Amino acid sequence: MSHEHTSAHGAGHHGDGHGGHGDHGHLPFLAHHFDDPEQQFDSGKLGIWIFLVTEVLFFSGMFCAYSLYRSRNPEVFMFASQFLNEALGAFNTCVLLFSSLTMAWGVRCAQLRQKNGLVLCLALTLGCAAIFLGVKAVEYTHKWDIGLLPAGSYLAQPEVPVHHEGLSPWLINLSIVPGILLVAFAVWLVITFVKGDKRMSEIAGTLLATAACYFLGVFVGLKFQEAEASSSAHAAHEISVEHDGDTGSHEAGVTADEHAQGQPAESATSESANDHVSGTTGTEAPLKEIEAHLVSLDAPKVVPGAPLDAMVNQKGGAGLFFSIYYCMTGVHALHIIGGMVVMVWLLVRATKDQFHEQYFGPVDYVGLYWHLVDLIWIYLFPLLYLIK
Amino acid sequence: MSAVAESPTHSHSQVTENYLFNTKGFLSWALTLDHKRIGLMYLVGVMSSFLVGGLLALLIRAELFTPGELFLNNKQFNQVFTLHGAVMVFLFIIPSVPAALGNFLVPVMLGAKDVAFPRLNLCSFYLWVGGAIFFLCALFYTGLDTGWTFYTPYSSSSEFGTMGPVVWATMGVFILGFSSIFTGLNFIVTINTMRPPGMAWFKMPLFLWATYSTSIIQVLATPVLGITVLLLAAERVLKIGIFDPHLNGDPVTYQHFFWFYSHPAVYIMILPGMGIISELMSVHSHKSIFGYRFIAYSSVAIAIFGFLVWGHHMFTAGMAEVTTVVFSALTFSVSIPSAIKVFNWLATMYKGTVYLNTPMCYALNFLFLFTIGGLTGLWLGALSTDRALHDTYFVVAHFHYVMMGGTLVAFVGGLFHWWPKMTGKMFNDLWGKISCLLVFIGFNMTFLPQFVLGSRGMPRRYARYLEEFQVLHQISTAGAFVLGAGLFVALGVLIHSLMRGRRAPNNPWGAATLEWQCTSPPPFYNFASAPSVTDPYDYLPLKYISEEEGWVYISPTKSTDPQAHPEIAKS
Amino acid sequence: MSTIAFPYLLADKPETFFFPPKASTFAAENDFFYMALFYIALFFFLLIVVGMIVFVIKYRQRPGYEGDPRPLHNNALEITWTVIPTLIVCWIFARGVYGYMEMMRAPAETIDINVEARKWNWLFEYPNGARDPVLHIPNDKAIRLRMRSVDVLHCLYVPAFRCKTDVVPGRVTQLWFQPIREGTFDIFCAEYCGDQHSEMLTKVVVHSQEDYEAWLAEAVKPPIAPVAHGQWLYERMGCKSCHSLEPNKVVVGPSFNGSYGKSFRDSKGQDVSFDANYVRESVLAPQAVMRPEFVKASQMPSFQGKLKENEITAITAFLQALEDGNISDEEMNAVPAAESTENTTGEGETDSAAQAAEQVSGN
Repeated sequence: MSHEHTSAHGAGHHGDGHGGHGDHGHLPFLAHHFDDPEQQFDSGKLGIWIFLVTEVLFFSGMFCAYSLYRSRNPEVFMFASQFLNEALGAFNTCVLLFSSLTMAWGVRCAQLRQKNGLVLCLALTLGCAAIFLGVKAVEYTHKWDIGLLPAGSYLAQPEVPVHHEGLSPWLINLSIVPGILLVAFAVWLVITFVKGDKRMSEIAGTLLATAACYFLGVFVGLKFQEAEASSSAHAAHEISVEHDGDTGSHEAGVTADEHAQGQPAESATSESANDHVSGTTGTEAPLKEIEAHLVSLDAPKVVPGAPLDAMVNQKGGAGLFFSIYYCMTGVHALHIIGGMVVMVWLLVRATKDQFHEQYFGPVDYVGLYWHLVDLIWIYLFPLLYLIK
Repeated sequence: MSAVAESPTHSHSQVTENYLFNTKGFLSWALTLDHKRIGLMYLVGVMSSFLVGGLLALLIRAELFTPGELFLNNKQFNQVFTLHGAVMVFLFIIPSVPAALGNFLVPVMLGAKDVAFPRLNLCSFYLWVGGAIFFLCALFYTGLDTGWTFYTPYSSSSEFGTMGPVVWATMGVFILGFSSIFTGLNFIVTINTMRPPGMAWFKMPLFLWATYSTSIIQVLATPVLGITVLLLAAERVLKIGIFDPHLNGDPVTYQHFFWFYSHPAVYIMILPGMGIISELMSVHSHKSIFGYRFIAYSSVAIAIFGFLVWGHHMFTAGMAEVTTVVFSALTFSVSIPSAIKVFNWLATMYKGTVYLNTPMCYALNFLFLFTIGGLTGLWLGALSTDRALHDTYFVVAHFHYVMMGGTLVAFVGGLFHWWPKMTGKMFNDLWGKISCLLVFIGFNMTFLPQFVLGSRGMPRRYARYLEEFQVLHQISTAGAFVLGAGLFVALGVLIHSLMRGRRAPNNPWGAATLEWQCTSPPPFYNFASAPSVTDPYDYLPLKYISEEEGWVYISPTKSTDPQAHPEIAKS
Repeated sequence: MSTIAFPYLLADKPETFFFPPKASTFAAENDFFYMALFYIALFFFLLIVVGMIVFVIKYRQRPGYEGDPRPLHNNALEITWTVIPTLIVCWIFARGVYGYMEMMRAPAETIDINVEARKWNWLFEYPNGARDPVLHIPNDKAIRLRMRSVDVLHCLYVPAFRCKTDVVPGRVTQLWFQPIREGTFDIFCAEYCGDQHSEMLTKVVVHSQEDYEAWLAEAVKPPIAPVAHGQWLYERMGCKSCHSLEPNKVVVGPSFNGSYGKSFRDSKGQDVSFDANYVRESVLAPQAVMRPEFVKASQMPSFQGKLKENEITAITAFLQALEDGNISDEEMNAVPAAESTENTTGEGETDSAAQAAEQVSGN
């Protein structure tokens, strides 16, 4: 290394327009291969933007799948999106928007060298992310409980009211890891507190609060769900009325039941394919039927909607919607978790007071990433929850 | 002047600062952030992958010597061609030029010390290693036989079990995809922000233009492959049904998703090869490149058009007529920039001084083979002939002419060209040329008959075939072994040079790009100070000095040898 | 019935260096266009290669010769070699679209034949309900195939007709063509579909109109002899794609050769004997009793409602005849006494149908 420095200094004398070459020794945050902080910052900024482009393209695959299947089976999407809890979705949207604010604030703090402000902002952002995940856990597990699963294992019977006593076992399973983390961080906090390591206890405290926020999210989610459930009988009735007509409610339940249990979609399709004469029209016929029902949706009283629900509420119908729902929100949730990991790294560096006017790139980059994750949710929420 | 002054300091600086030996020990390589070492490690990796893929190719050709079963049963044959395709595409061709040669060359050609994100670069290498191991295990232990395209519903059907080879292989592809994205991202940022003062966009060597275009494709297309294979894995594990007709999904959607990446990926493979040829043609003809801007723009044009033509892989898959016609039109639009490049390379030799050494022989070989590969694309882009030729051996021959005759030959040519710079050793030129001749003969013997096989109706991916195709298949098999021998000779020449080769001069070919201004091999810091930038194809001030056995800048104003200067000033 | 003898030619022996026989209306256009492209490509190829060789010889480095390293530019030249290839490519594109449109636009009057592709055989269903693993069509008539797949992607490819179309599960794809000469030509599967992909071959037989009609009329009649009837069903109902007739050869399910009359231990550990009842049960409820080694692979659909009782009996007879591994002609055409008297002409028919089937599967 020493040689590099001497030769770098030697080069400095040549004055070839590369000012700042000899400054390496003075700027500990400047990587050896960059000429000056500006170049380093610009490189990082361009790098993160390109990375964000790849992220957008990554999600675009799923958005394409969404629009393809939505345009092919609009009635499925209309039917299935009713099972998504808009109140929870809206709450999560607000949480994420707020976290974007705190993140942006954190970047400002880093630029102004306000160490405590930065740590606080990062902690708030982490907390919001954890709340988001908690609420999401409640949403997911509720759906798993009632069989709203990806196409292959979809077995929803929406007409059969679901009562579950106490907590869903799925939710408990999902909460094991955050629970362990909660305990671990608490122990760590006590240890560092006893040791009197202020920096470490700051980190441990933040992490503890983050883990606690997950459970806050779960709590809020369950409250919302309860509120929903209290009017659930009413809501369920509404759903069935909307689609089944006044009398068809019971019938629809039976048909859907049969479809989901007794006659898996595979055998149905392969049978119709084997049936040689009608085989060619076999795939067209249900489409026609669906189209007819689509028209009927505008005037629900003319044609009873029961067969439509039966057709939609099966693996290849609503099941496919939930496949797309889980893929999109699942990958988004993974991005949230990834963002949290990076933020913990930032937190550790922030407590070391490493960010200042000249060097705040990492905070800025993570901030950009976080805004993108937020932005993707802003698209997911209306597409999946709101559009009817 | 500088030539004489340089000689005494030369041997000293080479031992202590040479990037190969400046630090020692396994960890100094395993944890290195030096782009040159990472490039070299990549080179070892892709060459080993190529060896695996190549041996599998010989296995396929040997089995096809007779119409019936020779030594592979149907299942084994299908596994072998799947393995051959997957290893060659994902582990060899895609990373070959950008990751191996590109990593070594991009910063040096730019006069920079390293790529913009050295740690990301190392990370991307380890992702490649991890992906490769994942991938190979998946392929070898579980017998993947879907073809490298993983078409649904065959790949999602239940006969492989839930966690079958498809899931392993797709995870491997996913990881390799990340490696590819990070490499591309690194190069884009490096070329954008770390060019030395004076190197405007149109003063960059054409290899950098090609790398830049390639990187754009890598960054934009690979994420789509990522999500595609992720959805495919989810399809198998969770049965999400998006691609499964039994669950109302659509297998053709998978093909669209897959080819949205994999067609641009074809340009990830060929563009850097074209970049290499641009350098080789100019340097070894000792003539400034003809139509610099046209070649540069055509690289970018190919990168852009490359995104719009994926549908030509599905001309027979039952797409709507309008879609098919539009894709055909767009497909033809890619042929124009490629043609422009070929004509410009040809014109570069005009009135130059053609040195017929090994790299140049490979470049000429490329020109011959790539011309055939490109022209036969016309049959496949034209809709009516494609309906006869789609999925036949015609296609097999076409893409081998482009990918292998194009990329592989350019890669080997580039390897010979930059070998002295990378290792500091000269190779045996005569044997290099012999290898080139063997590759030329073997290649044409292998793949020319396949065009005829295709137009006579032989479908691809057939383990058995009808007897009327036998003669052509046998010629092809014989050719494959000549080709294999040629490549082994090339490998032998390179390995021999490591042990017995002469020390390489700084500039053995008389090239004017910046990498030839540092020592061979370069010091670990590349350039002590940013080198002064000249026209990368200006050969006027270079003269051959026989004591040095290499070329040296003689015009005093252009004397920019980076080592010479500070040392002279000090002493 | 010798009139129905197939007009076998030597199948698909290439008639010119590049092409298989021209057997459809598409072939002339395709071959003309192919050769036109060949000469265009040859011209450019020679241009480049000759240029390359001349330059290498003329400007090679040698004592006494020094080239000029200074750059040359010539925009007129650049524009020339951009514009000329562009124009040529435009023509190629237009001509390709023209030919393609012809291949996509089926005439109003077509003979529609349904095609079912499965791993790894083809089944053609004719307008009169006949089903056959070989495609039989009349000469000079427009034929439209409506194709579907029950499992994975396949692709129906007739080199002699110069056309192909993928068969996509979950969709119905179409392919039309009009043969112009009688003969027998190869049909290949051109989309990779697994183990036996390269053996998913069959033939297309182009008959004269009368022969075609005669064939159709006969094809709906199953053979009278139960064993031959069983084989007839074996080839048409899809059994063939999973159960081989060679001893111990496992394609997907167990081989039919020598299975009958043996007993085995099933997946639940019970001893089962392979008898008429077992055959019946396996056809109607395939997954009820299974050999342990096939539990995982069993994709066999139920044939409930698709096979009549007498057809199940015929299949049983066929399996029984295979008990000793091969079927003699006697066994094949043995007709139970009650039926043999009433059908003397039928025997000859059965014979030729069976032979035809054998000839085909022999390929």
